[in-house]
Amino acid sequence: MIFTLKIWRQKNASDKGGLVTYKAEDISPDSSFFEMLDQLNQQLIAKGEDPVAFDHDCREGICGTCSLYINGRPHGPLKGTTTCQLHMRSFRNGETIYVEPWRCGAFPVIKDLIVDRSAFDKIIQAGGYVSVNSGGIPDANTIPVPKPDADAAFDAAACIGCGACVASCPNASAMLFVGAKVSHLALLPQGRVEAEHRVQKMVATMDSLGFGNCSNTYACEAECPKEIAVTNIARMNREFLAAKIFAEKEKQISFTL
Amino acid sequence: MDRSERRTLSSITGKVIMALAGLFLVVFLLVHLGINLLLMADDGGRAFTGAATFMATNPVIRLFEVVLFGGFLIHMMFGVGVSIRNRRSRPVRYQHKSESETSPLSRYMLHSGIIVFIFLALHLIDFYFIKVGLVAPPAGVERHDFYHRSLVLFSDKGYSAVYLVGFLFLGFHLNHAVQAAFQTIGMNHNKYTAGIKVFSMLYAIIVAGGFMTIPLWFIFFR
Repeated sequence: MIFTLKIWRQKNASDKGGLVTYKAEDISPDSSFFEMLDQLNQQLIAKGEDPVAFDHDCREGICGTCSLYINGRPHGPLKGTTTCQLHMRSFRNGETIYVEPWRCGAFPVIKDLIVDRSAFDKIIQAGGYVSVNSGGIPDANTIPVPKPDADAAFDAAACIGCGACVASCPNASAMLFVGAKVSHLALLPQGRVEAEHRVQKMVATMDSLGFGNCSNTYACEAECPKEIAVTNIARMNREFLAAKIFAEKEKQISFTL
Repeated sequence: MDRSERRTLSSITGKVIMALAGLFLVVFLLVHLGINLLLMADDGGRAFTGAATFMATNPVIRLFEVVLFGGFLIHMMFGVGVSIRNRRSRPVRYQHKSESETSPLSRYMLHSGIIVFIFLALHLIDFYFIKVGLVAPPAGVERHDFYHRSLVLFSDKGYSAVYLVGFLFLGFHLNHAVQAAFQTIGMNHNKYTAGIKVFSMLYAIIVAGGFMTIPLWFIFFR
């Protein structure tokens, strides 16, 4: 197969960058998108040019490292698929393919197609955890969890934090990501203990990082490779409102370790 | 701490205020439509004028007029505020246009909102400002009541066209807005969300269609 690639090239964070056109020839329809890029990079290296930088790790759709905004859609044209699980047979022979990095003020481009997604880490650090004092290992099933709750929590926990929701959102909003993280803990008894505190901290951090507001276009749900539902956004809104209105006033506890 | 971190209202609170103000306007539109449909009654405007007089004199309604203006103001202020923040959140835009599937017309809420706002401004000049005496009634209006004012305006095809376009865009706005408001206030459930979406579309069709029927009726049946 033959493709015309228009790839975003940007030397570093301060470079302006722009699209560069490449020809990819002799591509197997069974090669993955990344194998196609690997092939292109080999050619660039042979010519003494700088290869295209892109994020990838597990290449089996579970780590959330890969990104790429392909022809106007994060992770390309397939539903419920990460870029690493996308194959060239999903494109027409001779097609022109646009490859861009995620675009969001909170995800600055580091080089070419690689963006800094540590904004998501900051949101998790703000409350995406359960505090457990050390001690003996608890027996399995000591805390009963209703099966539907466990299932819903697991569906939310399937989020791999790739950022496709932010990339696809017309407003670059992170509400689906934060909604999934808030939901998967709020649905379980272990997470209820800190639920009120968690949702407020995570939303405040999300706001402070400069993500946009959700305007319910549901592009995030359509593009999420793990098909996380927007029900999680509504759940976060409920949790947030309930916490703002009904939460007991917290004492200012601060300590340093 | 940067400027956005010192925000007094969180993004969710702002959106919820906007959604609640919007839902209040949704109720108001039904009342307004109900009264306007009386224009088509074949009684020389008696029923319509009666309703208009009640709305203009009842003390509870007078109080709610202030609440209504507040509702519009809050909805528009938060709508514009949210949109400005949303544009800022993506300083470098994509080269390829988005191909992501979205809820119908949900990307164009600010655009449809601005068109409705322009129509609302014209509407206030045509009716409310004349009523309160800010604008002198144009020549050709014998009496200052809303019924005769409507007759004059709807006999003008140009005005009727503007009116139809205004309500068409209000319909587009409402189709997404009503169901989105429920999502924003946290009401999303597999039991009733499908119902809310159908209700949202039906409401948009009934309200926009209902208002649009009136000039069409004046053009074709009078």
